[in-house]
Amino acid sequence: MNTPATYAPRSRFYYSLPALETVAAWMLAVIWIFPLLYAFWAAFHPSEFMVNFELFAPLTLDNFKNAWAQAPFARYYLNTFALVTGVVVAQFVVCTLAAFAFARFPIPGKNLLFMLVLIQLFVFPEVLIVENYRIASDLGLINTITGIGLPYVASAFGIFLLRQTFKTIPRELEDAARIEGCNWLEILWKVYVPLAKPTYLAYGLVSISHHWNNFLWPLVVTNSVESRPLTVGLGVFSAPETGVNWATVSAATLLSIAPLLVAFLLFQRQFVQSFLRAGIR
Amino acid sequence: MNLNAHRTMQLYGALLLLPAALLLSTFAYLPTITTVINSLFLPGFRGEPAAFVGLDNYRVLLDDPTFWKVARNNLLYALGTIPTSIALALGMALFVNGKLPGRGLVRMAYFTPTILPMIAAANIWMFFYAPQIGLFNKLLGALGVSGVNWLGDPSVALGSVIVMSVWKEAGFFMIFYLAALQAIPPELKEAADLEGTRRWSFFWRVTFPLLMPTTLFVLINALINAVRVVDHLFILTKGGPNNATNLLLYYVYENAFSFFDRTMAATITVVILLVLAVVATLKFTILDRRTHYQ
Repeated sequence: MNTPATYAPRSRFYYSLPALETVAAWMLAVIWIFPLLYAFWAAFHPSEFMVNFELFAPLTLDNFKNAWAQAPFARYYLNTFALVTGVVVAQFVVCTLAAFAFARFPIPGKNLLFMLVLIQLFVFPEVLIVENYRIASDLGLINTITGIGLPYVASAFGIFLLRQTFKTIPRELEDAARIEGCNWLEILWKVYVPLAKPTYLAYGLVSISHHWNNFLWPLVVTNSVESRPLTVGLGVFSAPETGVNWATVSAATLLSIAPLLVAFLLFQRQFVQSFLRAGIR
Repeated sequence: MNLNAHRTMQLYGALLLLPAALLLSTFAYLPTITTVINSLFLPGFRGEPAAFVGLDNYRVLLDDPTFWKVARNNLLYALGTIPTSIALALGMALFVNGKLPGRGLVRMAYFTPTILPMIAAANIWMFFYAPQIGLFNKLLGALGVSGVNWLGDPSVALGSVIVMSVWKEAGFFMIFYLAALQAIPPELKEAADLEGTRRWSFFWRVTFPLLMPTTLFVLINALINAVRVVDHLFILTKGGPNNATNLLLYYVYENAFSFFDRTMAATITVVILLVLAVVATLKFTILDRRTHYQ
């Protein structure tokens, strides 16, 4: 894998855009961010100002209070947090082991097996919702956070990325560790894992945002507040037929995206780099 | 390495693969196989065993006008979202790759929709599309134009869903173009400037061809997303009005969990799997041969 081009190199010659294109770029940017700004406007103002833009309209936090009171968002937060943490940790363990095997062990039919793994890049758990629902229910995983996360743990994507990284690590390091008396697991833990840190970071961020945002499979496999993640909670809460006030819906929407949004704004560069690193394959 | 040590290594390798193999079998291979099998059977009534019916379920599916409507919607949805979001993504990347006041802000504005959940994005767009209180109709009303039923009018609804998807997706594809643009050696631009090449022809003759691998990569991802992401339908339209915005995977969901017709759901899933197989073949044949990464 070539190292991906950097997102924003510091010293570089940039050609100037003509004025017309500068205006176009900015207009597009305003259009693109407008929906989100509008959600903020709606969430922080009384509902009569939804379509009534007055600069000095009174600000309020009532919408957030209402949203928080009308649905168990605290529980949803907890569930999403548990889900995301569990999935990422489990993915790291399972994918590291498999990637290590693919990178360094003489397994008969290795290439064929690897191709089989790559199939999962296209056949996702949510495409097979019907059968996966049956399997989850046979395993007693309906309405559990494990049930939401488990189908994603053996991620072909993670195995692929880590295998690529492990393959670039020189054998000499491994040999040196073996002479020091390390066994296989120690070599994995002390040589391979530390050197693959950037890959773990990239994959971790991509995985966190994917599972924070995932909806269809969690919707199918959960049916109560105890296990629903934020997205499903939000979907249930804001379904048009529930007739919830719109200002409240936008407050609820912001509540459920806030942590990821804040994390993104703080670590923009890492996020974008991660998506790039994970995407260039 | 002697034979015994080799055997031991093989054993270790197999053990390392075991957890992933078990999970992949349970949640990917096994369900794929049972889906295909289920599409060939009809469930028996009152505990009778399921009856093998060959391709009958597929015949029923092909005679189902709703299925054709949904398949056509999905095709239109793909045709509506993919070229638009790719073109916009490329335009955005060209913009923020140039010298632009406030470049960081502009880039952030383009990319931010990407990290929102589809459900949240749909909620926000609901404020625009809603018939009476929605922002779009309020604005049209202020201009004295009568409002459009953005999600309720069958001839407009799919377009509204497409616009929202493009908004959500374009910024994600932008970052891949941006990375590719920054990997193009500046000497090419300098040489072209010396030759007096116009920007437009430089773009079409140099930049665009060099971006081809990125375009293919983005195209594959966009194709997959057009089949796999239906979250927004749960908020915006529920597939309506009268299936005007229904997409294949949403139709599977409806069949399985609203109509309780698992057989039909399995049969449509096989159709989706076939589409994904075509996309996968595209990726493994064209993309992997022509790209610089790997």
